[in-house]
Amino acid sequence: MSATAPLTPGHFHGGIHMPDHKAESTTQPVAAVKIPPRLVLPLQQHIGAPAKAMVSVGEHVLKGQLIAAASGRVSAPIHAPTSGVIAEISDHLVPHSSGLSASCITIDTDGRDEWAELPPPIDDFASTDKAVLIERIREAGIVGLGGATFPSSIKMEARNNSIDTLIINAAECEPYITCDDMLMREQAEQIVSGIHIIRHILGVKRCLIGIEDNKPEAIKSMRAAVAAASLQNTGVVSVPTLYPSGGERQLTLLLTGKEVPSHGIPANIGIVCHNVGTVYAIADAVLKGRPLISRIVTLTGEGVAQPQNVYSLIGTSAGELIAQAGGYTEKANQLICGGPMMGFSMPTDEVPVTKAVNCLLVASEQDCPPPEPATACIRCGKCAEACPAQLLPQQLYWHSRSRNFDKAQDYHLFDCIECGCCSHVCPSHIQLVHYYRFAKTQIWSKEKEKSKADHARQRHEARVARLERIAAERKARMRKKKAALKSKKGGGESAKKAAIAAAVKRAAAKKSAAKAATNSTQGATE
Amino acid sequence: MQFSTYSSPHTGHSENVTLVMAQVLLAMVPGVIAMTWYFGWGVVINILLASATAVAAEAGFLKLRKRPIAPVIMDLSAIVTAVLFAVSIPPLLPWWLTVGGMLFAIIVVKQLYGGLGFNPFNPAMAAYVLLLISYPSEMTQWLPPRELSTHSLDFLTSLGVIFSNALPQGVNWDALTMATPLDEMRTQLDMGKMISEIRLSPIWGDYGGLGTEWVANWFLLGGLFLLWRRIITWHIPLSMIGAILIMATAWWLAEPEANPFPAFHLFSGGVIIGAFFIATDPVTTVTTKKGQLIFGALIGVLVYSIRSWGGYPDAVAFAVLLMNMAAPTIGYYTQPRIYGEQESKGGKDGI
Repeated sequence: MSATAPLTPGHFHGGIHMPDHKAESTTQPVAAVKIPPRLVLPLQQHIGAPAKAMVSVGEHVLKGQLIAAASGRVSAPIHAPTSGVIAEISDHLVPHSSGLSASCITIDTDGRDEWAELPPPIDDFASTDKAVLIERIREAGIVGLGGATFPSSIKMEARNNSIDTLIINAAECEPYITCDDMLMREQAEQIVSGIHIIRHILGVKRCLIGIEDNKPEAIKSMRAAVAAASLQNTGVVSVPTLYPSGGERQLTLLLTGKEVPSHGIPANIGIVCHNVGTVYAIADAVLKGRPLISRIVTLTGEGVAQPQNVYSLIGTSAGELIAQAGGYTEKANQLICGGPMMGFSMPTDEVPVTKAVNCLLVASEQDCPPPEPATACIRCGKCAEACPAQLLPQQLYWHSRSRNFDKAQDYHLFDCIECGCCSHVCPSHIQLVHYYRFAKTQIWSKEKEKSKADHARQRHEARVARLERIAAERKARMRKKKAALKSKKGGGESAKKAAIAAAVKRAAAKKSAAKAATNSTQGATE
Repeated sequence: MQFSTYSSPHTGHSENVTLVMAQVLLAMVPGVIAMTWYFGWGVVINILLASATAVAAEAGFLKLRKRPIAPVIMDLSAIVTAVLFAVSIPPLLPWWLTVGGMLFAIIVVKQLYGGLGFNPFNPAMAAYVLLLISYPSEMTQWLPPRELSTHSLDFLTSLGVIFSNALPQGVNWDALTMATPLDEMRTQLDMGKMISEIRLSPIWGDYGGLGTEWVANWFLLGGLFLLWRRIITWHIPLSMIGAILIMATAWWLAEPEANPFPAFHLFSGGVIIGAFFIATDPVTTVTTKKGQLIFGALIGVLVYSIRSWGGYPDAVAFAVLLMNMAAPTIGYYTQPRIYGEQESKGGKDGI
């Protein structure tokens, strides 16, 4: 059965086959790690506005307590992963491709792991109002755990029943990463509960769970759980192992035969896609009232002594986790947050695990060789053959390199998902994705500048208009006065006298009014 | 602990240019051996001379440009250019023409445009055309295949002819050389002869020129090797050969005594090597698949047209160069539909 090629309704263009290196980290069950002395929680662990700190230094917090609130609709709150004392709220190195620091809350843990009072479990979710469930998911700080970290509750909001299919992304196509695989092997039941909840909220008719066929155990366990829960119209689909089948757009095409519109989202074609880890976290939030404070992280690569998966508290430093996995081997050369294709390398292990970090790959030079010097592009087109977005990477490279950004956009630069296939197959060893990121950021910053300049120009124009208006008004007033004076010239002296008399009268009235006022206040104070 | 940081992806690269070029060279070996067998040692001498010139010219010019030399020489692209050029020229071409052609190819056509990847024209073909136009008589002095040759020249004698024009005792150029089959066909047709009459001459093989048909067969084998290795795709060879076949068949069917039969067009001159090795040069072709079909087909149309109604018996070099010029435009207007794009659209205004 498993030997037959799996049939999927669609297939995406290009993609690459490579050694998956999944076996190394799946030999033992997901391990719990001991609570580290310190947790560092970045205020921005999601797409959108950073969370706002709700605690102050020195304050004692309990496990699961809200420590930073969402600011705005596209944002997510952050909770204390364990009990302890807020040590500082300051900038700290965060796992981000920029290698920059960002605002973080640091907790000195007390080791007691004391829970705060959690919101009550919602066992009977099927008869609970959808808005309540969505609010619960929002308050639990759940974001897409596949790496995109988009606040999950937003994907749940009503779309006039236009959604008919729920896709669970469990493809896990990047080499080395196995956290979703292990989660499915061990927690299939709760994942299915999570699917139940999401289906109830979205009111969808069918659900497709896409898993790459290099994870037979996960497929088996998920099929068993789906059967046990007798979920209707739910398919566990084994998709061919071909990177990047776990890309949202690629998986959607594989499972449904439909393409997500170029500048759109899956919801445009009636589909909502959630990562399997997110589904598990949603079940946690609804059924147990628990916020998102931990996740499974794969520790792997030739640079780790005992490759494995661990339940890590959010905020645990990479170094701490690797120490618990037997520490580094001599071969450790690179520390990559994420997988080898799309992950980014960090200069030090003093970075915290965030909601987005699914894997810490400590790569040897065999795992991830240092880049070789690039030679000239010979336009062989291997990149275009590998591109899952059907772009022409060689043209994007050509125009990005020559800073011809309009042309790059003509060739659909922003449809690039940065999967790295083009770079992997490039015979000239050009770091193609690097050029696309450069071009994208250049365009973004130009747009930002332009909107700033537009804003400044608008303000300037408004000011000029205002000054002109004031000047015109003054002129008009003067003209009026002049005209009035002119017309009254006939009355002449008498008019002037009348005006003076009126002024004197006004002054006298004012004086007496003031006097009356002071008298009355004196009276009140006595 | 400190780690090295690089940009993703981190998996290294699965291919490299040197390997690509080396496979192209390997694919040319059978054709080169066949050519040497039929036309003598001059072929090998030309390849060696052209390669040495190409490498020296590239190294020298890179030095002038203050660019690293070793990685560029190591990509083997200059040698591929040299071999393609060497198998296009007559086997006993005087050495200074070979050297001059290669200097032009590498310095003017390749390096002055910025080196590998930046040249709009195929360097080997540009050099060939330069020589063909400037030295038409030298460039058309081909040798007869071994079955028809009265004087077989050994390696040293060939060397002597090429480098000092020293013909062996009692041999003159007219006795040594012969027109190419395509040239012969053209001349005879111009004289008003019928195909059946012309075919009586011993210079024909089973379906192409004697000898040349087997050289073409072996280059075809190399071309299939490149297809199998996925160095090239089928688009350009198929559309180019297809276009020639369609045109040749149409005219042949209309007037079989005045037009050579279709296979003759494919196996007598440069069509096979052109379709698999020259028109497919990635740098100077279109990179879109749809564009490659157009590019190849138009080369085919040009080859047949120039051969039938133009001024040259073979026309692969001219056709390729003309289409090299059109390649960027074809590419722009044949962009593939991208993932999620609603309707396919061609290029936009303003190239």
